[in-house]
Amino acid sequence: MIRIRGLSKKLGRKQVLKDLDLDIPTGRNTVIMGPSGTGKSVLLKHIIGLMTPDSGTIEVDGRVVTGLGERGWNEVRMRFGMLFQGSALFDSLTVGENIALPLREHTDLTEAEIRDRVAERLEWVGLRGVEDMKPASLSGGMRKRVGLARAIAMDPAYILYDEPTTGLDPIMSDVINRLVRGLQERIGATSIIVTHDMASAWQLGDRLALLHGGKVVFTGTPEEARTTGNELVRQFVEGSSEGPIGVV
Amino acid sequence: MNDNGLTARGVGFLWNRAADWMADVGRIALLVGDTLRMLGRGLRSFRLVVDEMHAIGVQSLVLVLIVSLFTGAVAAVQAAYQFSNVVPLKYIGSVILRSVIIELGPVLTALIVGGRVGAAIAAELGTMRVTEQIDALEAMAINPVRYLVVPRVVASIVMLPILVMIANAVAIFGGYVVSVTSIGVSSHTYVSGLQDFFYMKDLYSGLIKAVVFGAIIGWMGCYHGFRTEGGAEGVGQATTRAVVSSCVLVLVSDYVLASVLFKFIFAS
Repeated sequence: MIRIRGLSKKLGRKQVLKDLDLDIPTGRNTVIMGPSGTGKSVLLKHIIGLMTPDSGTIEVDGRVVTGLGERGWNEVRMRFGMLFQGSALFDSLTVGENIALPLREHTDLTEAEIRDRVAERLEWVGLRGVEDMKPASLSGGMRKRVGLARAIAMDPAYILYDEPTTGLDPIMSDVINRLVRGLQERIGATSIIVTHDMASAWQLGDRLALLHGGKVVFTGTPEEARTTGNELVRQFVEGSSEGPIGVV
Repeated sequence: MNDNGLTARGVGFLWNRAADWMADVGRIALLVGDTLRMLGRGLRSFRLVVDEMHAIGVQSLVLVLIVSLFTGAVAAVQAAYQFSNVVPLKYIGSVILRSVIIELGPVLTALIVGGRVGAAIAAELGTMRVTEQIDALEAMAINPVRYLVVPRVVASIVMLPILVMIANAVAIFGGYVVSVTSIGVSSHTYVSGLQDFFYMKDLYSGLIKAVVFGAIIGWMGCYHGFRTEGGAEGVGQATTRAVVSSCVLVLVSDYVLASVLFKFIFAS
């Protein structure tokens, strides 16, 4: 369970997050929706400690993580995997080395065990025999899947997805969405998915949260999101440029 | 706008510049501190250090060879010109030797390696920053200073003195070729000129400088790479800043080191 209370963050002159509260229950997929530039990625980066809040607290499984030192954060981060928007694969390393990196750094696995684990994770994301390729020679969809394989290399309890389908064609988006769903069932991780793609939100979310003006203005099941009277949610779900969410 | 308004704006501008500059100094000091704190753990990934030594040292070798060969050649031509009818040509070897090992070898090597390596480090780390690869390292509980900065700074500090020693030898050889072929100094005269005024302290001072220059180049490349913001344009700016700041700092520290080394440590 992740519990976020009163989280505020100002970047430059812009108040990106403003007294934000959100609960993320264990074992289910929470989708954080919102228009571009509303601080969805910033929220994700706070959860894994890549950004420090100006005020507010984040609790992971009962432990307050805001204000932890590097060692404390590293303990927390070992239980997280993260898929970055542009996959963030290390382009100086091969695909296999990318996935093996956290294992080499943090475990005592032998090289043979690491090789098996890498091959297994690649197979989970539907790739085979790409270990020796460099990330630069992969397509966008393949890079996403390698990024996903790297995120789950350490069997994380929580997986964070930053716009997992952005920049992919609809078919590849569906492939990624199915993978995310499948992984959820296979390793039972709690997934937090940031997206503005409603197709993914419906497909992935057990719970949906809408971010607007630096706050969470709605949380509920997909069913509740479909039937709610909340105008912000209705505008976002329908993808209309007219309504309370201003277009900048 | 009246004069007061202009003055106020001018003062404001200077004040902001000074504040930015002080903030840079502070952040560089923090990066240096972090690097030293992570040194032991960073060195355990020895393969990363060796890879960087190859990229920084071995791959700069051809450039250093060419530049130092011509440095020695020019030193010979200039010495012969300035000696003409004033100083006997038997001293040409001594002058080339001392100017190369004290000053030309270390400084010119640092400037060209600073350009080549400083830019490469800043561009690589800058690209990693804007494509979230550095965030990804942190998210995997891997300290980016340990994984990226320590190997580059260590490799730079180790490789620069080695490059300088090679540059010294090649420059002295370049001076020899020009002296013997076009100035008319005999091979024996050149070599005995080298021997007559060779002092170990000259060589040491050049190598101490090289260590400091190596540290400057490594840290400047890493610092500006880490601070990159905003896409391809940001990477370009970071690269420029890394090269300019390492070249300026090399020259400034050269003056400081020259004053300190020859006034106090090697004074005789």
